Amino acid sequence: MGTKKKNINLNFGPQHPAAHGVLRLILELDGEVVEKIDPHIGLLHRGTEKLIEHKTYTQAVPYFDRLDYVAPMNQEHAFALAVEKLLDISVPIRGQYIRVMFCEIGRILSHLLNITTQALDVGALTPSLWGFEERETLMTFYERVSGSRLHANYFRPGGVHRDLPMGLTDDILLFCDSFPKIIDDLESLLTDNRIFKQRNVDIGIVTKQEALDYSFSGVMLRGSGVPWDLRKSQPYECYKDFDFKIPIGKNGDCYDRYLCRIEEMRESNKIIKESIKKMPTGPVKSIDGKITPPKRKDIKTSMEALIHHFKLFSEGFRVPKGEIYTCVEAPKGEFGVYLISDGSNKPYKCKIRAPGFSHLQAMDYLLKGHMLADVPAVLGSLDIVFGEVDR
Amino acid sequence: MPTTINDLKKIVNSGLTTNVIKSEINFGQLYLDIDFKDIISTILFLKTNDKCRFKQLIDITAVDFPNRESRFKIVYLLLSHENNLRVIVNTNIEDKKIVPSLTKIFPSANWMEREVFDMYGISFKDHPDLRRILTDYGFEGYPLRKDFPLTGHTEVRYSEDKKKVVSEPVKLDQEYRNFDFESPWEGTKYIHKETEKNKIENK
Repeated sequence: MGTKKKNINLNFGPQHPAAHGVLRLILELDGEVVEKIDPHIGLLHRGTEKLIEHKTYTQAVPYFDRLDYVAPMNQEHAFALAVEKLLDISVPIRGQYIRVMFCEIGRILSHLLNITTQALDVGALTPSLWGFEERETLMTFYERVSGSRLHANYFRPGGVHRDLPMGLTDDILLFCDSFPKIIDDLESLLTDNRIFKQRNVDIGIVTKQEALDYSFSGVMLRGSGVPWDLRKSQPYECYKDFDFKIPIGKNGDCYDRYLCRIEEMRESNKIIKESIKKMPTGPVKSIDGKITPPKRKDIKTSMEALIHHFKLFSEGFRVPKGEIYTCVEAPKGEFGVYLISDGSNKPYKCKIRAPGFSHLQAMDYLLKGHMLADVPAVLGSLDIVFGEVDR
Repeated sequence: MPTTINDLKKIVNSGLTTNVIKSEINFGQLYLDIDFKDIISTILFLKTNDKCRFKQLIDITAVDFPNRESRFKIVYLLLSHENNLRVIVNTNIEDKKIVPSLTKIFPSANWMEREVFDMYGISFKDHPDLRRILTDYGFEGYPLRKDFPLTGHTEVRYSEDKKKVVSEPVKLDQEYRNFDFESPWEGTKYIHKETEKNKIENK
């Protein structure tokens, strides 16, 4: 009598510590080997795109914080750039430097979270305790400039909300000096760690061709050896002025992606330092009074400023007709905004292109034939945040 | 030598000839308008042509124009790493038309088309797995259509009697208010109407 083999269907999540949020996976297992994965997403769907269609351009900005909530300002950046291009206005150079600085802070925030939680998924607790302390420091920088640790609403079409408070750059510089040591410490815990390597090397290999076919971007693409970074290849803002390197992986496995992220943090740290050193003085937002709000001081004395303030925060500004796709290199990959304006004060259509959406899609093909225990490891290295996948 | 955006426009126009209804360059990106029957051939051309090499599909989305004859516009965003160029392919379709699926050309089109189906109710031909993706299990309607209300039709709550989550029609304590601030310096619309009326009466 032969025993009949039967595949097991297993439900993973949506309440699972390794699911990085609210992911539900339906796994089909042959023993411990994964045969098929069907990710069920949308448990965090809030209808962001629909809501944005009903809000003015200024009111739409905070929704972008809530997409990838571990690096909020990078998302705002994509939207602000799209609106600026449609309006055909430019951001003063100081504003651009401030934006670059905070985008790189966002990148460190996101990579710290990803590296440490990935380590947590494969069994290392300490990195997350060390990493989160640094994240806290970085989030105080967010707080000092915008008033909130996460949902900053700081980048606005036309520039940034307000100038840096006194002493902030000094504190950021202090952080930058101490940060390389922290990365070294993290590396000493993970890079040569036997268990960490056993769990990550040669797991979830992505070839160059597959990375292109599956619309991968960011570290997922670079980890497979494709030299593509929007900051270099299609420079937006003032990234041309900075000297930084793009780390490229060789094997396209989870371990290479981890190494890429570590190196990117070092590069980001350099960019932050450079931006502070080079930062010019001047206005931080466009001086076009029809788009950016007037100074508080002017509102008290100038009738025109008062009217502008009132109109900007009730009606908002009107954006000329047009359609545009702009993208930025967010920590997780290419984050894009496809915007259609019908000439009114609200976007007619705003499609958000989230990198995590394409990455998660490839779960099935990435994990076919892997063991069940590899699922969290690959999921961790995909760098998924459900705010942006579900939108 | 990498292709420039102007070369690309020429190549596309000569390679696809009559397929291209309109082509223009805006913001350094090429916008193509094509007929929806030519989607597969156009995308294949853009992907395989030596000068184009659009190897990556960035996104697929749709736009709803309820007043137009062909109600939906489907938008394909493509990227070429080699040439560092982007192209945006637009196609207009009527309601209830079935669009050819791109899943054979780009595996990543799978979820993107599912999302378009979920949000706009546009069906794709030869799609391997056309299910809803972002909305709740058992959801009805297509949320990103312009005639779908912002508040939705149903809301869910936990019912103590039935000991489960139940979905009910939306009850709002206050109507959803859509403030019309679009009345800038020229004066509000109703005043315009009033003055028009007065003019006619005076005559």
